[in-house]
Amino acid sequence: MNIALTHLQRLEAESIHIFREVAASFSKPVMLYSVGKDSSVLMHLAMKAFYPAKPPFPFLHVDTTWKFREMIAFRDQMAQRLGFDLLVHVNEDGVRDGINPFDHGSNTHTHVMKTVALRQALDKYGFDAAFGGARRDEEKSRAKERIFSFRNAQHVWDPKNQRPEMWKIFNTRIAPGESIRVFPLSNWTELDIWQYILQENIPIVPLYFAKERPVVERDGMLILKDDDRMALRPGETVENRLVRFRTLGCYPLTGAIESDADTLEAIVGEMLTARTSERQGRLIDRDEAGSMEKKKREGYF
Amino acid sequence: MRHILAKSLAPTDGIREYMAAQEKKSLLRFLTCGSVDDGKSTLIGRLLSDTKQIFEDQLAALERDSRKHGTTGDDVDFALLVDGLEAEREQGITIDVAYRFFATPKRKFIVADTPGHEQYTRNMATGASTADLAIVLIDARQGVLRQTRRHSIIASLLGIRHIVLAVNKIDLVGFDQAVFDRIVEDYRQFSHELGFQTIVPIPMSARYGDNVTSRSDKTAWYSGPSLIEHLETVSVDDAAVELPFRFPVQYVNRPNLDFRGFAGTIASGQVAQGDEVVVAKSGKASRVKRIVAHGGDLAQAVAGQAITLVLDDEVEVSRGNLLVSPAARPQVADQFAANIVWFDEAALLPGRSYILRTETDQTSATVTDLKYRVNVNDFAREAAKSLDMNEVGICNISTRAPIAFDTFADNRTTGAFILIDRITNATVGAGMILHTLRRAENIHWQSLDVGKRGRSDLKGQRPAVFWFTGLSGSGKSTIANLLEKKLFASGRHTYILDGDNVRHGLNRDLGFTDADRVENIRRVAEVAKLMADAGLIVIVSFISPFSAERRMARELMADGEFVEVFVDTPFEECARRDPKGLYARALNGEIKNFTGVDSPYEAPEKPEIHLKTLGKTAEEMVEALEHWLNERDIAEDQYEAGGGI
Repeated sequence: MNIALTHLQRLEAESIHIFREVAASFSKPVMLYSVGKDSSVLMHLAMKAFYPAKPPFPFLHVDTTWKFREMIAFRDQMAQRLGFDLLVHVNEDGVRDGINPFDHGSNTHTHVMKTVALRQALDKYGFDAAFGGARRDEEKSRAKERIFSFRNAQHVWDPKNQRPEMWKIFNTRIAPGESIRVFPLSNWTELDIWQYILQENIPIVPLYFAKERPVVERDGMLILKDDDRMALRPGETVENRLVRFRTLGCYPLTGAIESDADTLEAIVGEMLTARTSERQGRLIDRDEAGSMEKKKREGYF
Repeated sequence: MRHILAKSLAPTDGIREYMAAQEKKSLLRFLTCGSVDDGKSTLIGRLLSDTKQIFEDQLAALERDSRKHGTTGDDVDFALLVDGLEAEREQGITIDVAYRFFATPKRKFIVADTPGHEQYTRNMATGASTADLAIVLIDARQGVLRQTRRHSIIASLLGIRHIVLAVNKIDLVGFDQAVFDRIVEDYRQFSHELGFQTIVPIPMSARYGDNVTSRSDKTAWYSGPSLIEHLETVSVDDAAVELPFRFPVQYVNRPNLDFRGFAGTIASGQVAQGDEVVVAKSGKASRVKRIVAHGGDLAQAVAGQAITLVLDDEVEVSRGNLLVSPAARPQVADQFAANIVWFDEAALLPGRSYILRTETDQTSATVTDLKYRVNVNDFAREAAKSLDMNEVGICNISTRAPIAFDTFADNRTTGAFILIDRITNATVGAGMILHTLRRAENIHWQSLDVGKRGRSDLKGQRPAVFWFTGLSGSGKSTIANLLEKKLFASGRHTYILDGDNVRHGLNRDLGFTDADRVENIRRVAEVAKLMADAGLIVIVSFISPFSAERRMARELMADGEFVEVFVDTPFEECARRDPKGLYARALNGEIKNFTGVDSPYEAPEKPEIHLKTLGKTAEEMVEALEHWLNERDIAEDQYEAGGGI
């Protein structure tokens, strides 16, 4: 027998290996579940890694309270269907202070409702390892990050002083209070993700498929008016357009693209001829040069 | 319209065909390495750009960044595409490895762009450890440099067998063939003993794209392939499937009483349902009952697959063990020789205890003998007492428990390990196993009939090791001496190991360098262990300045037996007392490596007993020690009598 593994089989095996390594080496791991396509793939891989058992860790969703409504519905539906332990954390201080992306800008909103919220949740439960769905092809500071990425007790990443990471031998040792962020999808590309979703028939939030949706053109992006909290500025109108999302985050910060791709095959087809990167639809990456690295150093995923 | 990603071009069934074709593509992992400013990042930027992997928004950002940080005048600075950290863009250097992804119609590629600076060698090694091929860049104006050699040696040690010698910036030497030929000859001369299977030299200009994706008409004298042509066709067949079956057990999956599966990734070979397998460390045989996978059991599986095995019977297997082919078994030993690449600013010291980690196993290990260091310029084997950061050496290693392994030459997965610092948890070194040491094969533990318990019962006591640590002149010997007198008077069997006395005999050959201090403590700890085994109460009075060695000593002893006593006297007070006149001489520079003066003292963080000596008499402090010992004995007696605390 001489079977060459396919590209996706190799990626899948690498990710499963990483999941198991964490389960074997840490006392309190958690999976960060952001409800997007990468999280869907991550969840699918976690299910595979521990089959016939369930993943031996809970899933944590840091809810900024500004996610698309369809994301929240999908999240709850998946938790019920797969029977995993879902924790939802909201930064109540931020809610009390009324932090929102419209009045405070994407930077402050993301920092308070995402980065700080995440640190609160990690401290609250005492997690020592947290899985995230980040990929190295997404952004250039992510291209630099280890698969097992060390965080000190203040959740800070020190990109200039990362532990060497040799072969598949991962250094999982940490002192009390320190933690490791783990990225099983490090070596996947956006195209790999879509091909895998297609191959494995993995459920994803319907927002990824093209549909007529009410959008507003603002700051060069198409923003879906997901609820009444979004007030129109002078001159703005809501139009129904055939759109879909390439990446999902907080609805006021996530741009839709005009597309008629309403099947997975059509999405992959669109991907193949894409001329812009997926993070182009994310307002938060454009705030300033090196903004992702800065957020990551502070504890953002 | 910018919100439009692209028109859906292909009909749906075309996508399925396209994906099937994608799936047949092979994957090549390679790295770019070489000295600073040889153009590694520029080459990757060029590859990504010429293979259409850069999106429009990324190109726009690149143009913006080039104006701000660029080093290429008005041209786009491709290095900024991979130098993703702010510090890298500001300083115009590569600090850490970046991974980038691209594909051509023939192959998929993962490329690791690694830093050229010597101080970041560990990040180059990180990128090389998972690569099958290395592109070694050379600046045509500079020729083969020290870092070219260092990176080539490390690539070779880490098992890379295919080299592309990219003689870059050929435009700056007027596309001169003579320059190219001379550099290629130099490199071949130097690398002939590195065991590379292929070395393909290509004259190149990464900045202008000559011979990168297509052959350049400016190098008409060159008849070889362009870089991409070579990368698309070079054969780096993964031979792991052909090797004997090796399955490092990573995780025991036991959701309920009816299921016990061994999860892991097949390191080499293949396995089928019904195959006989052997547990490497115990030699126990069993048979594969099921190969469990989500979506249905598999009939067989091959190297690289992450699976779960269920065995026929209840053999004892846990994480760190290997399931292997009965016909070709790995070595199981606690002593072996290995190549070591050292990463840490604190040098490797023979005798110091580190944590050794293989893919799934972990134990403590010491380097028993640093045989030599390799000079990266001429491969000379040099005698060395320690390995500094970025140095390469050959060592004998001794582990606390035996591990199962193959030589690295036989198996890149089961022959590799890393070393971790016990205190900082930093990854301090990488190792490639060369061979088992014959002495380990021939020396076995002799089992003896009279045990430690019998020996200590006969003396009517429980063994203990009081480990006094503190600066010279802190009062260790005075307190130790008084403690022994008191214990002796109460009928206990004791022995003092004194730092100065032991240096007159057992440790006469050792000086005061860090390496010798580590060996000094290792020997004393082993002697203390033997004495505790003989049932004695041992009092060790050594400066023992490093926490790593004190921790090593602690781990040698049985639980509850090691009592770290921190004799805490401020430096100024020790220097004032100066009973042996040593401080005066050290402060004058007459004595080198004096603890507290020009050699560090790492104070204990959590000693069992912390003696702050200022304003206390020796008697008061000895009382505290006696009290501790009595409390421990009472507690242990109660524990044994009552079966609990």
